[in-house]
Amino acid sequence: MAEMNILEAIRAGMDEEMERDERVMILGEDVGKKGGVFGATDGLFAKYGEKRVLDTPLTEGMIAGAAAGAAIYGLRPIAEMQFADFVYPAFNQIVSEISRMRYRSNGTFGLPMVIRMPYGGGVHGALYHSQSNEAYFTATVGLKVVAPGTPADAKGLLKASVRDPDPVMFFEHKKTYRLFKADVPDGDHVVPIGSADVVRAGKDLSIFCYGYMRTCALEAAETLAREDGVEAEVVDLRTLRPLDLATVLASVEKTGKALVVHEANRFGGFGAEVAATIAEEGFEHLDGPVTRLAGPEVPGVPYHHDLEEWFMLSPAKIVDAVRTLAAY
Amino acid sequence: MAQTQAKARHVELGLSDDDVLDMYRAMLLARAVDERMWLMQRAGKIAFIISGQGHEGAQVATAWPMRRNHDWMAPYYRSIASTIAFGMSAEDIITAHLAKGDDVSSGGRQMPGHYGGAPYNIVSLSSPVGTQVLHAVGIAMGAWVRGDDVVAMTSYGEGTANQGEVHEAMNFAGVHKLPVIFVCENNGYAISVPLEKQVGGQSVAARAQGYGFPGVTVDGADPLACYTAAREAHERAVRGEGPTLIEARVVRLTSHSSDDDQRRYRDPAEVEALKQQDPLVGFAQQLRELGILNDEVEERLRAEAKAEVNEASRRAEARPEPDVATAERHVYAEPEAQG
Repeated sequence: MAEMNILEAIRAGMDEEMERDERVMILGEDVGKKGGVFGATDGLFAKYGEKRVLDTPLTEGMIAGAAAGAAIYGLRPIAEMQFADFVYPAFNQIVSEISRMRYRSNGTFGLPMVIRMPYGGGVHGALYHSQSNEAYFTATVGLKVVAPGTPADAKGLLKASVRDPDPVMFFEHKKTYRLFKADVPDGDHVVPIGSADVVRAGKDLSIFCYGYMRTCALEAAETLAREDGVEAEVVDLRTLRPLDLATVLASVEKTGKALVVHEANRFGGFGAEVAATIAEEGFEHLDGPVTRLAGPEVPGVPYHHDLEEWFMLSPAKIVDAVRTLAAY
Repeated sequence: MAQTQAKARHVELGLSDDDVLDMYRAMLLARAVDERMWLMQRAGKIAFIISGQGHEGAQVATAWPMRRNHDWMAPYYRSIASTIAFGMSAEDIITAHLAKGDDVSSGGRQMPGHYGGAPYNIVSLSSPVGTQVLHAVGIAMGAWVRGDDVVAMTSYGEGTANQGEVHEAMNFAGVHKLPVIFVCENNGYAISVPLEKQVGGQSVAARAQGYGFPGVTVDGADPLACYTAAREAHERAVRGEGPTLIEARVVRLTSHSSDDDQRRYRDPAEVEALKQQDPLVGFAQQLRELGILNDEVEERLRAEAKAEVNEASRRAEARPEPDVATAERHVYAEPEAQG
C-alpha cells in the first residue's frame, strides 16, 4: 500500500497505463513540460516525450476532436480539459461525434478515449473555474461518466477508463486533489466502471454522493451518529453513467430513506435521475420523500469568500438535510 | 500542339493512358450513381439525397494518390466520387441511401449521404459540418505519434471552411506538420449563400499561409490539375513536411439537396452556364484530344457504368431492412460473443 493524494493517484494511474500500453497518449493544454496547471501530468513529459505527452494550442474542440481521430486510428488518448468550465468549445465533438460514433457506424467505429476534467468549487475559482457540469454528459447516451472521491478510486477508475472500449468523461473534483492522503493498493489496481461503493454502513437512511461530496457526507454521517444517534449509510456512486442501480436500490431497501447530494445545481441535475429512479423502482421500500441536496440555482459559484461559502455544500448542510429527512 | 502538351502532362505525372481512363471511369460511375439516386428519390424510394454532381473531377483526382486500405479519409456529404475512388462500391453507396440493415456506413441508422466504412478506412461522418476535419487531423496525429507512414485526407465545402473546428484543425496540423491533406471543394454556395457573403478575402486557400503550410487553388473542372496538387500534397505528407490545403474550384450542378430548389436564389442563366464547367465534359474532351477516348470507348464506358449501377441497385434493393430488434445495439461496446 502506498499513501497518496488524489492528484498523485491520477498521475500514477496514467503513468502505469502509459508504461503498460504504448498506444496510450496524453494531450491537452500545458500538460507537457509544465505538467498541467494542477500537476496531474508532472514528470510524464520527461518520461514519455513530447509526442505522447502533447501540449496543444488553446483549442478544446481540437483536443477532443483530434483525440477522437487518434482513437479511430487505434490509439488510446487521454485528453485533458484544463478546467471542466472550458469544455464547451469541445461540446460539439463530445456530443455530436464522440458519444455517437459507435452507434451511428453500427458498431464499426468505437472510441476508446478518456476526457479528464477538473471540476467543482471551493477553490476561489468563481463562475469559470468551479463548475460541476456533469449533467450535460450524464444526459448524453454513448458516454460513460465517472467521478471518483478517493485516491484509490481515482487511480483504479482512471486505469479502467483508459482500458475501456468507449469514451469516458473523467471528473476530478479539484478541491479534493490535495485534500487528503489515503492508501492505494499496490499492483495493477483497477476499479471497474459502473460499480458504486457503500463506504459507510447505516440503517436509518442512505446518502448517495460522489466526488468531494463523499468526504462531506462521511463527515456528516459521523456527526449524526455522535449527536443524533442516526446511522446514515453513505454510498459513493463513483460512476454516474452507467449507474450502479443494484447497489443504490439495495441501500434504499435497507434504510427506506434516500438523500442524493451533489454540488451541481438541483434543476435537471444528475440527482434528479437518481431520485426519479429510486422513486420508480424502490417505491415500496420508501418511508420518506426522496430528497435532493444540491447547489443553489445560480449560474455559477460567485467569487467572494462569503458568497462562495454560501454556495458550497458542506458537512453541516448535509447534517441539516439528513435531520429533516430522518424526522419522517 | 495542345494535344502534345496535354499528353505530356499526364505522362509527366506518371499516369498511363489506362490510369486516366480509370479516373474517367470512376467519375462516370459516381455521376451515374448520383443520377440514379435522384431518380430513386423522385420515385419515393429514398427520402433525401445530397448530390456531388460537378465535384467528381476534383474528388476522384484528389483521392487518386491516396493508398487504399492504408491511408485514411474523412469525407463529407458530397463525397460520392471520393469514396468510390477510395474503394467504396456503387452498391455500398446505394445501399446506404436505401438504409438497408447491412449498409456498411451505418446499418440504416444515418441519413443518406453520411458515408463511412471501417473496411475502407473511411471515417463515419455526421451532419454538423466540419467535425470530420478534426478526425482526419487526429488520425494524422496518431500516425505521427506512432511513426507510421500514413496520410489522412479530409474534404469539405467552402461554407464549412469557416467553422472554428476547421481552423483549430488546420492550426494544430500546421504546428506539428501532420500528414494531412485538406481538400476544400469550393462550389461557390453554402446552400443559398454565395461565396462573397461567406468567405472574407474570397480565398480559402490563402488561409493556409497563416497556419504555416501551402494552400493551392486548382480548377476543379481539370482533374489533372487536381491530381497534380493532391500528389504533391501526398508526397509532402509522406516526407514529413506537413499538411497542404487544396481549394478546388468546382461547380454545384444541382440544388444543395433534394429538399432545396436553387432557382429560388440563383439566376437560371448562371445555372445553365455551370454546365460548361462540368468536369466530366471537360475531362472527356481532354481524353479525346489525346486519342485515349473516342465515341466507341465513351459509349462502352457509359454502358458499363449504367450496367454497374443497375446491378448495384438491384442488389441493394434486395438487401434486408434493419431489424428493429437491433436498434439498441452498439450504444456501447458489446461483449465479444454478441459481437
